[in-house]
Amino acid sequence: MTRGPAWMLRRIAFYVLIAVLLAFFAIPMLWLASAPFDTKPGLGIRWPDWTTGNITATFRHPYALTSLVNSLVLCLIATAVTTAFATLAAYALSRVRIPGRDLLLYLLLLLSSVVTGTAAMVPIFVMMFQLGLINSQFGTALVISGGMLPAAIFILKDFMDAVPRSYEESARVFGASSRQVLAHVVLPVSRPGIATILVWAFVNAWGNFLLPFLLLRDVSQQPAAVLLRTLQDEGGSANLTVIPVFSLLYSIPVVVLYLVVNKRYGFRFHGGIKGG
Amino acid sequence: MAGIEIAELSTVYPNGVRAVDGLDLTVADGEFFALLGPSGCGKTTLLRTMAGLEQASEGAVRIGDRDVTRLDPGARRVAMVFQDYALFPHMTVAENIAYPLRVRRMSKVSQRDAAERTSAGLSLGALLDRRPGQLSGGQQQRVALARAIAVEADVLLLDEPLSNLDARLRLEARTFLKKLQRDLGLTTVFVTHDQAEALALADRIAVMESGSIRQLGSPKEVFQRPVDTFVANFIGSTPMNLLDGLIADGMVEVAGARLAPPEGLDLVEGTPVVAGIRPEYLRVVPGAQEVTEGVAGILGAVAIVENLGVTSLVTIECADGTLVGLTVPEQHEPAVGTRLCVVPEAGRLLLYGGEDGLLLSARPSDHSAEFDRSRA
Ligand SMILES: Nc1ncnc2c1ncn2[C@@H]1O[C@H](COP(=O)(O)OP(=O)(O)OP(=O)(O)O)[C@@H](O)[C@H]1O
Ligand SMILES: [Mg+2]
Repeated sequence: MTRGPAWMLRRIAFYVLIAVLLAFFAIPMLWLASAPFDTKPGLGIRWPDWTTGNITATFRHPYALTSLVNSLVLCLIATAVTTAFATLAAYALSRVRIPGRDLLLYLLLLLSSVVTGTAAMVPIFVMMFQLGLINSQFGTALVISGGMLPAAIFILKDFMDAVPRSYEESARVFGASSRQVLAHVVLPVSRPGIATILVWAFVNAWGNFLLPFLLLRDVSQQPAAVLLRTLQDEGGSANLTVIPVFSLLYSIPVVVLYLVVNKRYGFRFHGGIKGG
Repeated sequence: MAGIEIAELSTVYPNGVRAVDGLDLTVADGEFFALLGPSGCGKTTLLRTMAGLEQASEGAVRIGDRDVTRLDPGARRVAMVFQDYALFPHMTVAENIAYPLRVRRMSKVSQRDAAERTSAGLSLGALLDRRPGQLSGGQQQRVALARAIAVEADVLLLDEPLSNLDARLRLEARTFLKKLQRDLGLTTVFVTHDQAEALALADRIAVMESGSIRQLGSPKEVFQRPVDTFVANFIGSTPMNLLDGLIADGMVEVAGARLAPPEGLDLVEGTPVVAGIRPEYLRVVPGAQEVTEGVAGILGAVAIVENLGVTSLVTIECADGTLVGLTVPEQHEPAVGTRLCVVPEAGRLLLYGGEDGLLLSARPSDHSAEFDRSRA
């Protein structure tokens, strides 16, 4: 095999491309690692003059920590609601034969992007207002869940479809009730799928800006994703003392959740359950 | 423990398939019963209807003295082993075996006890803490059996319990299954499409086709006197010769030969018949290779020789093109092209109606069914 200059050039171009792509994703990470500890954090990356001043400043900020707690509450509710309902709905849809089931699923999936998308913001706001759920973490979490449910059901149904029916039938022959079948067999067997949905829902809710921005008007109720946008100093420019540390704190729960769930359950993105 | 009584049972799937069609069947207490038939004949459906996993559309299922037709699967006191074993992948072997006890909310201690007791008899003792994914096919099959017998059920239902094993293991598992069933004395119904398995294991066999039973009888009866050409074709590891013939001068004219018909039949001159002879029941007439006339046997030239191990299956081609198979001891294997004259062993020739394919019998035609019912 001859490896001429053309080959060399192609290799070089390839590695340059890879390097650029890598830098594109790595630079924000590096910023996140260095800026929080720099005496004069800016928007560029440099080796920091170490300080913990930014951290104390962030902890002193009146809303920074509350907003993180708000985020946690909001996301835990939204994740719990989404996972629980999606699991039950996906199981039912996977097992019960109703005409037009698949059409229904596709329609839901299609509409869900509209339902919590920008187009529906005004009606959602009006509805929540009339229900008295403005400024309510719970109400906001429900709306977020509503938007995530169709996709979650769609993904989970695939997992449930892959669980052999003979597992359930076997349990039923031994006398298991529907609830026992669900608790003893279906849920444990589809655990990788449920774990996937759990993380997916949490990450989605964690990063959701628009809905909490609209529905949680009170600053003390706002989650981190909303507060991050409003972190400004008196002059109206970005508060670069607080933002880096806050961003770092903001990213931790998602990473931790991913690591924990991945370690305990392992992710699988399509139902490969047989023999597991 | 109990027998099973099935009366005029039909199971119709929502798409309109009548998978079980007006079927009557009685399985005696303690009997090892085989449901045998080609793919799609409704064996699994019948078994699942007994278990309650499919709803009977018509008819009734009785287990012991209880009518279970409308009962939930869990209330029927049946145990079932599925074709894929359906072992729960997230539970250990012990948890799998003890699952029926867990459903009944028995204590952890008695669950473990049951797992240990049951597994010991099936040489699974060392595997209790493994997961099904870490077991061989044969071990998985035994775990599935152990789980099925961990709680005393009235009836054990097995859907092709051996079909996932390789040929060697299947023989072992077959012997094992038969011994287990004998020891427990448990009424057992098993589904198979492997006729050799059914012949080897069962006390009685029901041969099914299109949702109904074609023949019901002991392995011997089914093997030796298939009631119609369908069963004749289906049973036997080498297919039965079914040769078109005619009745002439009180003899059966088939493939250019004139064979003596079975005794006691009222035969009408000139009616078409099908002569059925198993390859195992055909004998070569020694020294008759060259003779072409005056021998009451089928003459033909050896066309194909297939080695079956101890015996060989020899196919001869007669003058009119009919192919006839026979088995010969492997040391007497003839060369291809050799001319042979073969005759059926005494009493082994069966005649079937040329049109309906039913066995022509000296006895009343429904005799074997009556016989079975009186036995059960
Ligand atoms: N869930 C179902 N819905 C509709 N029709 C079905 C269903 N299951 C089976 N059938 C049909 O019912 C008939 C009997 O099927 P069944 O599974 O009982 O056959 P079988 O004798 O067990 O065959 P095999 O040896 O291949 O397992 C077949 O024609 C099959 O196509
Ligand atoms: Mg089947």
